Amino acid sequence: MAESFLPSETVTSWGRVVRASHRVARPRFADELPGLLSALSPADPALPIGLRRSYGDSNLNPGGPIIDMTGLDRVISIDRTTGVMRAEAGLSLSQALQLLVPAGWFLPTTPGSRFVTLGGAVANDVHGKNHHRAGSFGASVTRIKLLRTDGSAHELAPGDPLFHATIGGLGLTGIIEWVEFRAIPIPSAQLDAQDAEFSHVRDYFDLAAEAHTRAEHTMAWIDCLSGGAHLGRGILSSASWRSHGDLVPHREDPKLAMPIDAPGFTLNGMTVRAFNSVFHDLKRMRVGPYTTHYEPFLYPLDKIANWNRLYGRDGFYQYQCVLPPATARDGVIELLKVIAASGQASFLAVLKDFGAHPPAGLLSFPMEGTTLALDFRNIGTRTLDLMADLDRIVLSAGGRLYPAKDGRIPAAVFEAGFPKLQDFRGYVDRGLSSAFWRRVSG
Amino acid sequence: MQAQPAAATRTGNRVLILGALSAIAIATARIYAKEGAALMLVARNSARLDALAADLRARGAASAETAAMDLEAEAMNAPAHMADWKRRLGGLDHVHLVYGYLGTQEQATASAAELARITASNYASAVQWCEAAANIFREQKSGSLVAVSSVAGDRGRQSNYAYGAAKGGLALYVQGLAHSLAPIGARAVAVKPGFVDTPMTDGLKKGGPLWASPEQVGRIMRRAADRGGPIQYAPGKWRLIMMIIRSVPSFIFHKTKV
Repeated sequence: MAESFLPSETVTSWGRVVRASHRVARPRFADELPGLLSALSPADPALPIGLRRSYGDSNLNPGGPIIDMTGLDRVISIDRTTGVMRAEAGLSLSQALQLLVPAGWFLPTTPGSRFVTLGGAVANDVHGKNHHRAGSFGASVTRIKLLRTDGSAHELAPGDPLFHATIGGLGLTGIIEWVEFRAIPIPSAQLDAQDAEFSHVRDYFDLAAEAHTRAEHTMAWIDCLSGGAHLGRGILSSASWRSHGDLVPHREDPKLAMPIDAPGFTLNGMTVRAFNSVFHDLKRMRVGPYTTHYEPFLYPLDKIANWNRLYGRDGFYQYQCVLPPATARDGVIELLKVIAASGQASFLAVLKDFGAHPPAGLLSFPMEGTTLALDFRNIGTRTLDLMADLDRIVLSAGGRLYPAKDGRIPAAVFEAGFPKLQDFRGYVDRGLSSAFWRRVSG
Repeated sequence: MQAQPAAATRTGNRVLILGALSAIAIATARIYAKEGAALMLVARNSARLDALAADLRARGAASAETAAMDLEAEAMNAPAHMADWKRRLGGLDHVHLVYGYLGTQEQATASAAELARITASNYASAVQWCEAAANIFREQKSGSLVAVSSVAGDRGRQSNYAYGAAKGGLALYVQGLAHSLAPIGARAVAVKPGFVDTPMTDGLKKGGPLWASPEQVGRIMRRAADRGGPIQYAPGKWRLIMMIIRSVPSFIFHKTKV
């Protein structure tokens, strides 16, 4: 159908820096996909997208066609005895949990937002607070159905080269029609958690290493505003599934919503106060162990719908890098020094370690080491210059950046971080592209 | 993979959905599935119905059966089909009529066939299914019918009076059924959605406070099966909006393009 792709001015990524026109198709049934794909050509490549939680431009295709996959959200099968679930790519992790949790299952790993589609989880090979145990999401994917614009359809399993190109493949290897993955059993929907304080970021590393030996989930919040003797002070939280308790899933709808962009003049104060309310408990360290439902622990920001609007109309960048174990401690200290000196820091950043799992995909972001993530409100070239400075530190430390968060790195920086990039190029579907891909593929 | 135990089949939750592949119908059916209802899904495309049925079973439906059928073409056989579906469900508690056809006024004005299709889909065939459901309710002295009408049925407007008149007529019919069924305790409700973000409206510019999601309307559809008056707006604020639109004098209204 000629009118399958309709003009739209409202497609933005989570960071909302780029405002662009797209032509959007919204298929509701899988049988519509072959027809949509046959209309595409390398001269006018398309991009499949999900719930648009990627921050930069990996989910944008300015001026071009977009296939919004969120209407394909049907569960195909769920085996409540083995935990294997197969569903269309547009199903959100949030919806998957609604079905898994009451039966005693959980996602093998989950990013910090549950408003992510299965297709997006595969295409970005997302990771979570349990990477040291579970690896990335792709490690638990058992099968994928992939459609390519040449009309071919592929049912892919681990070991197939196209499977590993598609895991972390940023939606560029084809349209993911459905995903099958293996859930993990949980005894309850509650976590036994505890917090530990560190007064300087150099102390994080030993604390985290110890926490990994006993806890399923670990992550640290660090204070980016303090420097000197308290550089990168923070709180390490760790948690494991409670052995007894109920299996009640989260409430589906966020309780709070940010209905409009924060106006510029209120921005800083408002942003800080709003985040403070969300992280109140985390910032005021709790003494001794506590019990919590998985929802506030794993998805603290999902409490506020559209929290990205807190950064105002010009949007924001997120910077997430990973540094290998040998350079992580010195590298993170250096990054935090540069950030604190810039005066542009968002007040909180996240630090977490990745385990030594082999990467599930050719372009998988996680590798053994420590990952740092933080937001920068977009104030133009000053923000870009700061991030370029950070890039130099990351590269000399042998690290790399997360495509799902990125909206600006040059091709050379990307290439330096991803040694399998050349292999990956061979699997890209020439009828698909993104703003990110056009920038980094040179 | 037949997810829930058979015990989840609650008496009182055997549900027929006509036009089961519409976005509003899917949202409604998923609420029933979560309750463990037994579902009979009717629409034209059998492969899509099968995919939906699998989804609803995974989401907790005690059963989800399908019947692939052109509801416009089969409307004159409504009583026989309705009896068959009641038998297959083991009873019939709720009937949701969700199918419809928007079309365009431009085409309806130019083509008798298009005008006939709009009228047949939204009114002439729909009332056959409504009456067949009501007759079953009269016999069993229980049951509820929820039919999707539209705010377009509240005032004839130059931009879509063919669709509006058919949907408005359907609402009147259902209102009459509600009156007729009241003495035996059975129910009939016409739900009047405003702008809903569904494939039916994909040609329109979307977004803003007047647009609702299919899930919002689905919750109202589900609730309407149990309680509330014979005309329900979805969301409720449309009652006020349409009251205002109906009360605009024609010498002003005729100067507008709506």
